[in-house]
Amino acid sequence: MLVAEDIRVVLGKAAVLHGITAEAHAGEVTVIVGPNGSGKTTLLRALTGDVGFRGRVRLNGRDCSELQAWELAALRGVLPQASALAFPFTVAEVVRLGLTAAVHADRGDLVARALAAVDMLGFAARLYQELSGGQQARVQLARVLVQVWEPVVDGVPRWLFLDEPVASLDIAHQLDVIGLMRGFAERGGGVVSVLHDLNLTAMVADRVWLMDQGRLTGQGSVTQVLTDEALERAYGCRLRVGCLPPAGGWFALPQAVGGQGT
Amino acid sequence: MVALDCPRLEGGRDHQARLTCCALAVALAVTMLMSLSHGASGVSLWSLTLGDAMPARDRLILWEIRLPRMLTGILVGASLAMAGAVMQGLFRNPLADPGLVGVGAGAGLGAVLAIVLGGMAPLWLGAALGYHLVPVAAFLGGWLSTLLLYRVATRSGRTSVATMLLAGIALGALAGAVTGVLVYIADDRQLRDLTFWGLGSLGGASWPKLMAAGPVMILALVAAPFLARGLNGLALGEAAAHHIGLPVQRVKTVAILTVAAATGAAVAVAGGIGFIGIVVPHLLRLATGPDHRFLLINAGLAGAILLLLADLIARSIIAPAELPIGIVTATLGAPVFLWILLRRRGVVDL
Repeated sequence: MLVAEDIRVVLGKAAVLHGITAEAHAGEVTVIVGPNGSGKTTLLRALTGDVGFRGRVRLNGRDCSELQAWELAALRGVLPQASALAFPFTVAEVVRLGLTAAVHADRGDLVARALAAVDMLGFAARLYQELSGGQQARVQLARVLVQVWEPVVDGVPRWLFLDEPVASLDIAHQLDVIGLMRGFAERGGGVVSVLHDLNLTAMVADRVWLMDQGRLTGQGSVTQVLTDEALERAYGCRLRVGCLPPAGGWFALPQAVGGQGT
Repeated sequence: MVALDCPRLEGGRDHQARLTCCALAVALAVTMLMSLSHGASGVSLWSLTLGDAMPARDRLILWEIRLPRMLTGILVGASLAMAGAVMQGLFRNPLADPGLVGVGAGAGLGAVLAIVLGGMAPLWLGAALGYHLVPVAAFLGGWLSTLLLYRVATRSGRTSVATMLLAGIALGALAGAVTGVLVYIADDRQLRDLTFWGLGSLGGASWPKLMAAGPVMILALVAAPFLARGLNGLALGEAAAHHIGLPVQRVKTVAILTVAAATGAAVAVAGGIGFIGIVVPHLLRLATGPDHRFLLINAGLAGAILLLLADLIARSIIAPAELPIGIVTATLGAPVFLWILLRRRGVVDL
């Protein structure tokens, strides 16, 4: 289980997060949603220790601040929003970096399997810098995946922290990534991800954290948290949520275009 | 360091890098023999086969002049190239050079201080250091400037690479200004010393100097390959390097100390020799990729070869006189570097 206790972040003089307390469970996909500047990424960065914060983050019952880098790396993989790479590494070499902290000997074909999972196997020998933005994002995801390939090791769940993993992807690859997140959770791992797309969120999330102005305004299942009123309050525009009849798929439709003083 | 093999996957360049390593080792052995057997005196390596019948003069030339010179060349070349590779990995920038972080500027300032103001040093100091005064001062200057920069750039246990780079530029400018003042007040003999020291030379190599600076360089050369995994991870950025399990702060600390030791000691014995630290790692990255597990070792080997070759040219082109080796490395290095830049322009981001 991931437990965040009273997370407060101050950047410069501005308080960005005002005491967030939330939890996420292994075996579930938890999605952080909210408008631009609501503190989604900052919250994820606090959970992964990338930004200074007050409060406490516990992962599988252990205080993250007391764990060494290699211990954390064995427990979780972290995909940042943007990844720059120095030097002309090939795609295979980049993904292999995810195995830096790995201790198992049978990791030979992991790189290939991870690349296949993100549909990049044919690009293994290409230079990373020559790829498009979306392809680079998939390679970075593969690098994070090899790090925590088995969602559960010795009964201990492992975690994926993803910051907008589908931001630069086409719709087919967005669905692939959503599928990978679901698969990881269904095999016992925990996934915490920032997503912008509410409909994708509804497809993948077991639990949603709705952020607004540095505060957590709701946590729970999609239908509990993403209501017409809550979304209008957070995003400042009218959205109508509903379910498609046959399978009951959740959707959110905008009700008016912006910029009209709605 | 465990090699990670991906049998069914293309895109690994490990095999190529290992082959390059073997080829470079062989080339270094050949270059060492060439370096030992060539010189102004005309003594050839064949006189070694004479055993005890070898003339005393030949023995002196081989053991007291050429051997320490060759060993110094190997260590200095390897140190400069490896320090360049480490620095570039640390700054995630292929144009970073130990000169940038102020080690070169600090070491240079130390040397200039010793040359110009050496005469004013207390008698006991002069007596204790003798002609080692300049190298020792260069070494201390390099170390002190690195420590200073490290302090400036480190806050609550985290070193900001960007701050260090900028502070290095500022310190370089300051060292340049102080050096300028010293050059202004120097007399003619000191100016000549300054010029030659600044251009670099292996001509002053001797066993005592090698014994003083050699162990420091060897220590740095042995330490550097252990940074390989860390520098590979740092290519992803510091945050990502931490998330793949690397002790980022420790990697940075060891990298900075390694660079300071290697560059300080190299500049101390051989003066200012440019381009090895940039050209060698760059060429190797083009040939076998940026994986530091191979890059660091190969850079050390190639740097040693390049400096020995440059030294051979420096002492044979206008024999029996010698060119400063820095002139040779810059004359060879700069055009090669420009050529690479032009050829690769637009293909791969630097």
